[in-house]
Amino acid sequence: MGKIIRKEPLAEGVVLLEIEAERVARSAQVGQFVVLMPYETSERIPISLHNWDRNKGTIEIVFQVVGRTTSELASLEVGEEPYALLGPLGKPLEIKRYGLVVCIGGGLGIPPIYNIARGLREAGNEVISIIGARTASLLILQDRTKSVSDRFLVCTDDGSYGEKGFVTGVLSRLLKSERIDLVIAIGPVPMMEAVANLTRPFGIKTIVSLNPLMLDATGMCGVCRVKVGGETKFACVDGPKFDAHQVDFADLKRRLAMYKEEERRALEEWKARI
Amino acid sequence: MEGKDIEKRTPIPERPVGERVKDFEEVSLGYSKEEAIKEAKRCLGCSRPLCVEGCPVGVEIPAFIERIKEGDFKGALLKIKEKNLLPSICGRVCPSEYQCESKCVLGRLGAPISIGALERAASDYGGEAEEESNGPPKPKRVAVIGSGPAGLTCAAELARDGVEVFVFEALHQLGGVLRYGIPSFRLPRAVIDRQIQRLKDMGVRMEGNVLVGRTIPFSDLRTKEGFDAVFIATGAGLPQLLGIKGENLEGVYSANEFLTRVNLMRADLFPQYGTPIKRGKRVAVIGGGNVAMDSARVALRLGADEVYIAYRRTEEEMPARRVEIEHAKEEGIRFLYLLSPLEIRGNEEKELICRKMRLSDELDESGRRKVFPTEETISLLVDVVVVAIGQRPNPLIPSLEPRLARGREGEILVDEEMRTSLEGVWAGGDIASGAATVILAMGMAKKAAQSIKKYLGISSRR
Repeated sequence: MGKIIRKEPLAEGVVLLEIEAERVARSAQVGQFVVLMPYETSERIPISLHNWDRNKGTIEIVFQVVGRTTSELASLEVGEEPYALLGPLGKPLEIKRYGLVVCIGGGLGIPPIYNIARGLREAGNEVISIIGARTASLLILQDRTKSVSDRFLVCTDDGSYGEKGFVTGVLSRLLKSERIDLVIAIGPVPMMEAVANLTRPFGIKTIVSLNPLMLDATGMCGVCRVKVGGETKFACVDGPKFDAHQVDFADLKRRLAMYKEEERRALEEWKARI
Repeated sequence: MEGKDIEKRTPIPERPVGERVKDFEEVSLGYSKEEAIKEAKRCLGCSRPLCVEGCPVGVEIPAFIERIKEGDFKGALLKIKEKNLLPSICGRVCPSEYQCESKCVLGRLGAPISIGALERAASDYGGEAEEESNGPPKPKRVAVIGSGPAGLTCAAELARDGVEVFVFEALHQLGGVLRYGIPSFRLPRAVIDRQIQRLKDMGVRMEGNVLVGRTIPFSDLRTKEGFDAVFIATGAGLPQLLGIKGENLEGVYSANEFLTRVNLMRADLFPQYGTPIKRGKRVAVIGGGNVAMDSARVALRLGADEVYIAYRRTEEEMPARRVEIEHAKEEGIRFLYLLSPLEIRGNEEKELICRKMRLSDELDESGRRKVFPTEETISLLVDVVVVAIGQRPNPLIPSLEPRLARGREGEILVDEEMRTSLEGVWAGGDIASGAATVILAMGMAKKAAQSIKKYLGISSRR
C-alpha cells in the first residue's frame, strides 16, 4: 500500500502521481480527497482525488509544486512510498440527475473537476465543462476532461490557447443562453468567489470545493473551519464542497494566508537540506 | 512506624521549574525504588480497602502496594496488570486524587497514599512483566476502531484471551489522544511506544491511516471484512468553539489543533519538521481543564513570555487535576478567574475582551456554584488564543451509520454492557460518554471486552 507506480509531469511544476492504494480506490467516491505526508517530518496536506481504478487498486492525484510539502512529494520517485496516505476523505458529491450541469475547473481545479464531470455524466446529466488556466502550458488534462463532457470550453488568461479571458467570461455567456441546473466550480478562491457572484442573481445552485488549511482532516482539530451561511463548518468532514452562495470567502482567504511567512521558512529549510 | 510518617506523603521528585519550562521532557521524575518502598510502607493495608472502590477498573491497590513494600516491583506490576493493562500510562495521567486516593483512609489522618506515583514506580521498575496468554488464538476476530486508551484497553483485554484483534487508527501514529492530546512532559512518547509495542507483542494487529467510515465502510466490518464483533472507540475529537466574533482570526486555535501541532506533528521543531505553529509572546488559554493546563504549558515551552488561563469560574471549580494546576502555577502561568470571552479583535496583536462573571450560592446540575455575567468587561492584549472548553464525540461513524442510536451530544448510546443499538457492535470511551478521562475510558473498554467475550462464547480468565 502506498507505492508510487507512475509519476508524470503534466506541466511546469505540475505532477501526476499514480499510487497503489487498494482500499482508497475501492472506497473512493466523486469529489473526495486524500491526505498525504511525503516524509515523517512533513506536514499533512490534503489533495483532491483526480482518478481511481478499483480493479488495479490505484489512485491518481495531481498537485503543483508550490511549497515545502509539495516539493517533498515531488521528490518521491516511482517505487517509493509516501510516509502516510489517508483517504478517501470528505463528503462525496451527491450524484443524481440534475439536468444541465456546468463543471468549471481553474488550474489545479481541473483534476478534481474531471471525476466530477465523469460521475455526473454517467448519472445522465448533460455536462458542459469549462477549463481555464493562466496560459496554454498550464492547461492540463484537456483530453481527459473533454472525454467526459458533452460540451467542452477552454480559455486562457493570456489567450495563448482557446478563448482569451477568464472562465467567468465563458460562464456569463452560457448563463444568458442556457437553462443551467447546477454549477460546480473548483479552482483558486477568487475564481470560485467570482463564479458564485455570477450565478447568484440567476438563483442557480452552485457548489464550490474549498481548500482551507487542514491538519488531521478527520474532524478533530478545527483548523479547516469555514463560515457557511453564518455557521461554522469543518471543511474536512462537512465539506469540502459547499453551497457557493453561502460561503464567506473573505474569511477563507484570511485563514489561508495564516502561515505565509512560516511556509516560506519551511521551504528554505528544505532547499538548504537537499 | 511513627505516627508522623503516616501523616506525611513522600514527596515525588520533579525537575526544577527553570529547567523544565525550556523543553518537553517529563516534569515528574517519579519515585526512586527507595522512595517508593518508603511511601508504600505508609499503606495500612485495610481489610476492606476503599481505594479499590475508587478505581474505575478495580485495581487491587493494597495488594500491589504490599509487593512494593517488599521491594517486589515485578510482582506489583503483575498484580496491577490483572486489572489494568496500561499502568505506565495511568500511573502518569490518572486523576488519582479524585479516584483511589480520595477514598484512602490516610487522607483523614494527613495525606492519602500516593497511589498514582506507586503505580508508575511499579511500571518503571517492574521490568517487562510478561503477559500470560490464555492458550492458542480463538477463531474469532474483533475490530477495534481507534487506538486511544479505550481502544488499546479493549484490544489488550481481548488479546489476552486469545481473540484475534485488529486496531484501526486514522492518524499516522498510534495512541489516539495519548499521542495528539497529552504533551510529552506529562506522558513521554517512549512510554506510549512501549505500551503499543507490548500490545503488538501480544498479537494485536494495528494499522494507522485507516479512517473507518471512509477508508473502510463501517458496515463492511461485520460483513465483507468478516469481523465477529466491533468496538467503536473513536473518542471525543470534535472541538467546541466559543462562537464569538473574531474566533477565526489567525492565531486563534482550538486546543486540539494547538496540541496536535506540537504533540503529534512536532511543530516545536519547526522548520526541521514542516508543520508550523504561531509562537505567541502573550498567550491566552480559555478553559479550566487538563487540556487548558496542557495548552498553557505547551505555549510557555514554545517561548511565550506571558501565558494566561482565563476561566469562567474560580480555582475551586476547575476540573483540571490539582497537580497540573500546581505545576502550571509553579511555571508562571497566570490564572485569571471569573472571565468569559466576548470577542477577539485585531489581527496579529489581538485584544481578547472578556466579561467578568460572578458566582452565586445557587448550585447547578453538576453541583457547582452557578455563574452569572456582570456588566464589567476587561481586555487582554495577546497574540495567540487557545480555546480549551471541551470536545464532543467524533461524529463521523454515527453520521454514516444512522442505525446507531445517538444521544443529545452526539454520543453513541450504550447499555450497561457497552452494547450499542446495533447487533455485534460495542462502543466505549469518550465516544460513548463525552469527554472524560483516560481511566474512565479504560473502565468502559474493559466492560465492553467482557461483554464481547461473552457474545463470542469465549470464557474469560477474570
